[in-house]
Amino acid sequence: MKAVRRYTKGMWTFIHKLGSPPWFFGFSGTLVRWLLPITVTLLLVGAVWGLLVAPPDFRQGNSYRIIYVHVPAAVVALAGYYVMAFAGAVSLIWRIKMADVTMRAAAPVGAVLTAIALVTGAIWGKPTWGTWWVWDARITSMLILLFLYLGVVALFEAYENKTAAARACAVLSLVGMVNIPIIYKSVDWWYSLHQPASIKFTGESAIDSSMLYPLLLMIVAFYCLFAVTLLLNMRAELVWTHRESGWLKQLVGDS
Amino acid sequence: MTSPADVANPLLFFFMVITLFPLGLGPDPTRLATLAPGILWVVALLASLMVSAKLFASDFEDGSLEQLALAPYPLAVTALAEVSAHWLATGFLLALVSPVFGVMLGLPEAGLLALLVSLLLGTICLTLIGALGSALTVNIRRGGLLLSLLIIPLNVPVLIFGTTAVREAVLGGNPESWLALLGGLALGSLVVVPLAIGAALRVSLDS
Amino acid sequence: MYFESLAAVWHMDGHGFYVWLAYALTALPLVIMVWLPLKRMRQHWRWLQAEQRRSAAATQTPAMGSDV
Repeated sequence: MKAVRRYTKGMWTFIHKLGSPPWFFGFSGTLVRWLLPITVTLLLVGAVWGLLVAPPDFRQGNSYRIIYVHVPAAVVALAGYYVMAFAGAVSLIWRIKMADVTMRAAAPVGAVLTAIALVTGAIWGKPTWGTWWVWDARITSMLILLFLYLGVVALFEAYENKTAAARACAVLSLVGMVNIPIIYKSVDWWYSLHQPASIKFTGESAIDSSMLYPLLLMIVAFYCLFAVTLLLNMRAELVWTHRESGWLKQLVGDS
Repeated sequence: MTSPADVANPLLFFFMVITLFPLGLGPDPTRLATLAPGILWVVALLASLMVSAKLFASDFEDGSLEQLALAPYPLAVTALAEVSAHWLATGFLLALVSPVFGVMLGLPEAGLLALLVSLLLGTICLTLIGALGSALTVNIRRGGLLLSLLIIPLNVPVLIFGTTAVREAVLGGNPESWLALLGGLALGSLVVVPLAIGAALRVSLDS
Repeated sequence: MYFESLAAVWHMDGHGFYVWLAYALTALPLVIMVWLPLKRMRQHWRWLQAEQRRSAAATQTPAMGSDV
């Protein structure tokens, strides 16, 4: 029982510390120094594994290898929206500035990953089904996710007062977050209602473990990449917005 | 407050844009009938977008919104009241006249009631989401276009459920389950969205 | 390793164009996404260093002119 209490107390202290810019800056610096090389390694290993080592697909041949960038980008793009919305919620409820910074940093990264997922999905579609674009459930849901991201970015740019902008974006991304499961489900139903019975564009086929493992590795790698990019963006913003503060001047002076 | 033009304009917009479709697609009745549920719903969505921009604009400009924010009632409740009044003047009427335009596009009789009910329930969601967009953009210059960008993705489920309900009715299937889904969405939106609108109004007032 | 030669890797049994295009269009934005904040950080840091040097020089000049 005591151990649980100490653990939860430790967690709260940690979260509190994250809210302090100087502490976060130091912590993220150490974290990035380790995470960046790890991310690059994971990405390279995963890509080589998926491109060269894994066997080709029975039906699609070698074009299926695009899955190793398409699916991780799509998965992390969706998760990224939740990160953004969650940070927005924290910012709205507890008025923590660092949560604002997190949310702002997550938006463009998520949008780029969504775009990558869409483009690679389209490229994958051409050799597989003969057309560059197919309105199947997953691609259509990804497209709507892109619009949701772009809406948040556009809303932020439209406000002059950036504190108000952050709060507006928090409200919007929260509404979007609640909506996303509904959107995905409705698009799923929309697609299954309209597809001709003979053609099935995205079939659920069991994936062999020799193809699954590199995919999982790439998903982990993309998550790490998201984290790294998020931290780098946050650090760059902190250095600018806190350029007048003592702790930063001290760090610069020591460097 | 609400002038006759504010009520008539969205209906006229609905009417005129519906007319564009036979002109653009050709008058073939079979094709129009197949496309009718989608056309009617998309145009209703666009009409809703159009009127949403003005929802809080006049209150914001003359300062009455600030007064409402200072009132002892939660802003969410006030927002809900305003949105309800707005819906009665726009979406509600649109839903009521929609069967007329359904007939013009050759929608079979079986689909007309489903069209009306789906739009009644759907416009509740559309008006609420539109109000949220308006609340977020009311203090921004040229916020109207941004509003559309923000709202369209959020309205996708309503569009899908609405059109499917009408199509199911036409095919002799089961529109009730889709209408029930719309009803659920409307109920959920009535509870959740006013809270977001209240928060958004505060942000706009503070900015 | 599935492929027998480097040429086979490039060709990918006819799908090489699509696979490599997809990977290139993924790698490029990802590299830019990591490089941009690093560049911004360096710019801000150098600006801050220059600021410190400027304010340090400003506090030293009165001492030089005090002999007058």
